[in-house]
Amino acid sequence: MPNTLSLRCRECSRDYPIEPLNVCDFCFGPLEVVYDYEAIHAVASRERIEAGPRSMWRYADFLPADYDPRIDINAGFTPLIRARNLAEELGLKELYIKNDSVNPSYSFKDRVVAVASAKALEFGFDTIACASTGNLAGAVSAHAARSGMKAYVFIPSDLEAGKVLGAAIYNATIVAVDGSYDDVNRLCSELADRYQWAFVNINVRPFYADGSKTLGYEVAEQLGWRAPAQVVAPAASGAMFTKIWKGLNEFAAAGLIDGPVTTQMHLAQAAGCAPIAEAYQENRLIIKPVKPNSIAKSLAIGNPADGFYALKTIEASGGSAVIVDEPEVAEGAKLLARTEGIFTEAAGGVTISGLKRLVESGRIDRDEPTVAYVTGNGLKTTELVADVVDPVHITPTVDAFEQAVSARVS
Amino acid sequence: MGLKREQTMRRVRLTFLDHMIRQPVVYLMGRDFEVVTNIRRADVQENVGWVILELEGEEEEIDRALEWAQSLGVRIDPALGDLVEG
Repeated sequence: MPNTLSLRCRECSRDYPIEPLNVCDFCFGPLEVVYDYEAIHAVASRERIEAGPRSMWRYADFLPADYDPRIDINAGFTPLIRARNLAEELGLKELYIKNDSVNPSYSFKDRVVAVASAKALEFGFDTIACASTGNLAGAVSAHAARSGMKAYVFIPSDLEAGKVLGAAIYNATIVAVDGSYDDVNRLCSELADRYQWAFVNINVRPFYADGSKTLGYEVAEQLGWRAPAQVVAPAASGAMFTKIWKGLNEFAAAGLIDGPVTTQMHLAQAAGCAPIAEAYQENRLIIKPVKPNSIAKSLAIGNPADGFYALKTIEASGGSAVIVDEPEVAEGAKLLARTEGIFTEAAGGVTISGLKRLVESGRIDRDEPTVAYVTGNGLKTTELVADVVDPVHITPTVDAFEQAVSARVS
Repeated sequence: MGLKREQTMRRVRLTFLDHMIRQPVVYLMGRDFEVVTNIRRADVQENVGWVILELEGEEEEIDRALEWAQSLGVRIDPALGDLVEG
């Protein structure tokens, strides 16, 4: 059994049993998992974790679902790369890239969906569902294929079909809804009430969200059991950002790393959809929802469920939030590819350009270890950087080759 | 749920910006439309505020009430945040 006690409202602290619930009946506040930390601390050790599988399930003691081989597609335990070239270019002493673009379905969503899927099976669901325009759809569909659950993926009908190829290939049922994003939101909310499905970011959201804690655990372990001084991570709903911080603090409380955690958490968003970063910059804890108009589609959540909590994380950690202009999204992706050989999608471009801005503004200390989270794979958004394809055209002769190449390099 | 067959319930988040802060929008909604309004959580400050509102009534009447609020400049969103993720 997982080391969990209850679900608790983050606003009014009412407790609920461990069930497929996500919202408090009294105040509509979001529910989160309460853990039995006494039980966790009694068994948790560096040795136990290091002896575990080379996946996110090495941290099973800290997760709200038990390891279940039926859903395991080997999510997590992705590389933490020392980024010497990018560090030199940005003027940083010690920079690491957490490369989550190499997860089985090529984004960090495999972590959250792994936990949601395991919990869905535990609850007895035979169907898993989500509303997504890309990464989440792929992760849900891949886990459903592995586990034998049916998968439904809801998309706005104006979304390019290719965007959900990464879900359709796993035989998920793709439902294209004639309507706006708001219409899809509303429909899914209604369907979640009507059908006995595990809607990953609705009725199993408290469990789903905690899958992202592993992004904090892994970085701490991969740094040699220490927390980084500074983190830069992208934000959409804001949940992942808050869970990285939670993961680091849980490791400190368990004595696995030194505490208190002094990591400064920096959040990055693109100008076309930056409701959390705008609130930070205007010094308010109230999110003003926006209508997304950003090239960084994987971050395009205009009404972020965890925006307030992301702001509280920034506040608690002494971090900040940065907004990058839309053209910087592609520039960031290109910079990372050129310097470190890592091809990220738009969200990673936001992270890298956000990091650059934070260094230039002095918000990031150049001498302190910094981790930048790259959460999705560049092959998902090739249109973002299509302009890099500029081949040298030649006739099939050696002379033509040498002439063309010398002209290109000179 | 003890509701009449044609009755429904919807939870929304209303965001009030600047000039709307001082307007009694929720009161007017309940007075001018056939909907029962129930504030479940709120945070209203000088220049911005939000209200998590439960609306009970006929589907079309709830739509009309929300369209009216939107026409005044109030932003309407799902109470639990956006569900469509990247």
